[in-house]
Amino acid sequence: MYRFRQLVGSHTYGFKNLGELMAKATPARSGDYLAGVAAQSAEERAIAQMTLADVPLKVFLEDLLIPYEEDEITRLIVDSHDLVAFQPISHLTVGGFREWLLSEQVGSERLEQVRLGITPEMAAAVSKIMRNQDLILVSKKCQVSTGFRNTLGLPGRLSTRLQPNHPTDDLTGIAASILDGLMYGSGDAVIGINPATDNVAQACRLMRMMDEVIQHYEIPTQSCVLTHVTNTIEAIEQGAPVDLVFQSIGGTQATNDSFGFNLSTLAEAQAAALSLQRGSVGNNVMYFETGQGSALSANAHFQLDQQTCEARAYAVARRFSPLLVNTVVGFIGPEYLFDGKQIIRAGLEDHFCGKLLGLPMGCDICYTNHAHADQNDMDNLLTLLSVAGCTFVMGIPGSDDIMLNYQTTSFHDALYIRQVLGLKPAPEFDAWLKHAEIIDAQTGRLNAQMPAAFRSSLGRLLGN
Amino acid sequence: MKLTKNLPLESCDQRADETLVSNPWRDLRRFTDARIGLGRAGVSIPTQELLAFQLAHAKAQDAVHTPLNIGRLIEGLSVLKNDCAQPPLSLRSRAETRSIYLQRPDYGRLLHSDSEQVLLQYRDTISQSYDLVVVLADGLSALAIQENAIPFLQVLLPQLALAPIPWNIGPVCIVEQGRVAVGDSVGEILRAKCVMLLVGERPGLSSPDSMGLYLTWSPKAGLTDAYRNCISNIREAGLSYEEASRKALYLLNEARRQGLSGVQLKDRTEDLVLTGDEVRGNFLVSTKG
Repeated sequence: MYRFRQLVGSHTYGFKNLGELMAKATPARSGDYLAGVAAQSAEERAIAQMTLADVPLKVFLEDLLIPYEEDEITRLIVDSHDLVAFQPISHLTVGGFREWLLSEQVGSERLEQVRLGITPEMAAAVSKIMRNQDLILVSKKCQVSTGFRNTLGLPGRLSTRLQPNHPTDDLTGIAASILDGLMYGSGDAVIGINPATDNVAQACRLMRMMDEVIQHYEIPTQSCVLTHVTNTIEAIEQGAPVDLVFQSIGGTQATNDSFGFNLSTLAEAQAAALSLQRGSVGNNVMYFETGQGSALSANAHFQLDQQTCEARAYAVARRFSPLLVNTVVGFIGPEYLFDGKQIIRAGLEDHFCGKLLGLPMGCDICYTNHAHADQNDMDNLLTLLSVAGCTFVMGIPGSDDIMLNYQTTSFHDALYIRQVLGLKPAPEFDAWLKHAEIIDAQTGRLNAQMPAAFRSSLGRLLGN
Repeated sequence: MKLTKNLPLESCDQRADETLVSNPWRDLRRFTDARIGLGRAGVSIPTQELLAFQLAHAKAQDAVHTPLNIGRLIEGLSVLKNDCAQPPLSLRSRAETRSIYLQRPDYGRLLHSDSEQVLLQYRDTISQSYDLVVVLADGLSALAIQENAIPFLQVLLPQLALAPIPWNIGPVCIVEQGRVAVGDSVGEILRAKCVMLLVGERPGLSSPDSMGLYLTWSPKAGLTDAYRNCISNIREAGLSYEEASRKALYLLNEARRQGLSGVQLKDRTEDLVLTGDEVRGNFLVSTKG
């Protein structure tokens, strides 16, 4: 009846299967209570963690959480598992794997060698028995670099997505936010708009607008309209200037069905974007967003905990060599992540699992007004993730997204953490910021004066 | 503690002018509500902007956590007595507290058994069936309902009375700790042909008082969003009561005519307008002087 057992004193704790064990071992969060899969007591959670620590990694190759026949993501995970890469860690338990990851003998090279031998479920499992500092320490060792018109993820760098959203997609309003962001050194990961009106014509209009700006000022960055993948495929067919293909992805096939795509849709979109050959330093053309809770929200979670579902989404991402993967950690609301503590923990877990699996992991460090969180929680997570080597964060005017009605990191926030930790933007973009006289080439600080090229654009609109 | 010497106020009011950098593009705020051109102290947000943000966030949080003032709402509803003669019914969902409401969306969608009884008993006292029942739910902002529900209904209900086939309107039902779907249960129990639910939307930083409207034809428990039509952002600084009422009237009449609501009922009240930005173009790359 029980697949896993733990004797504590005279009491035996039992867990029906690996999915139940992982769910009960997960640090407490509201979404797992909502799903009815969380541990019923703090003691049961601690016992589940002890039990999980004793599970050999090999078991994860046998005990599939969602049947192979039922789910194309399970098939992707199983079929792409690399036994040769797995060999150096194949003798370990989950607890032993934690120590292996933390050990001084294991650096970025060895982590890269085993990457394709680690399944998302193994990454999720080990993260559940790691403290926040463990997640940070191991994430920091992982090196993941990608490229399109600039190089992202290099050591000592922190990039930003410039997010100039506007509630009616007004071009002048969007351009104003882009200008604000560029003047604050933001936008090397991508200039990415969530459109208010989600259709192909609108997407094409916004793509052309951003392409003009990037070309006019010769900015070494890429643009993206975060519209449905099928819209982007159509935009490419219509000849729109598509740099990156966007899609929200989840960790079960049923979740992605609810999003209206499958793996072959993504493959088609990737091929279409590659055919445009718009990258100059690299060919990573995909931009994915994820977030704990999406599977439960689509009622497609198979009684798994939300963090395990999230890690499985990284298998989807990994298949398509993305430029950027962004876990939108606090957007979903307090029924999934209740407060700042849960949001911070989830952000660190997602970043760790993504990096361990080889993804260019960034984080939308954010909250909604009905979550029990505030700017101080965001400061904490931004600082922790940047110490952990996070690839990119969002940048938005004054933390206030006036289209999506939530708060994320501001242009100022990125500058704070770059200053405190001595981080820089992507090298090509950094050079452009100096060339464009946005930052001073000597001091590396923002210039107080607005550069002439931008001043004249502003003068044309304002008439002075 | 007592200060030994009173300093003149103006000497404490100095801004750090040499260190505060202002942004000339702040004037672009006439084109957007985004918080652009904030300026900076070092690389950080100036004090005034920091505190303005905190105030906006405080208002949004208060909107989530301040309970609905039922007494005041019922008192206010008396102004509608010409268009809606039945006294309002006060109901609640199965979410007992705000904290439970926030963590258990499923509870907020279900009526409390006490409230089901109230409705069943009410139904036994009436002979006719209603064309429309209006439900007010606090949702994520009681403030939105408190401020907008009655003024909006004051615009809409007289127009329903003027319709060629008048609407037989039931009592206004107030649901505490209610989510959108709870309206369908209310409508089902009262055997109403249509339910119109007004609900406090998730508060934005600059819009703590935004009210949403959801309309279901043939309401019954368990329907998904696909069966509802929605009008969003109803508030003084957003979609006006008159404009929202115009849209609602269109949806109500079409729902009654076609006998359905949701994705199959399209809102065709949107007119194509040339927005300002099409005229101005993209100023960042424009060469027009």
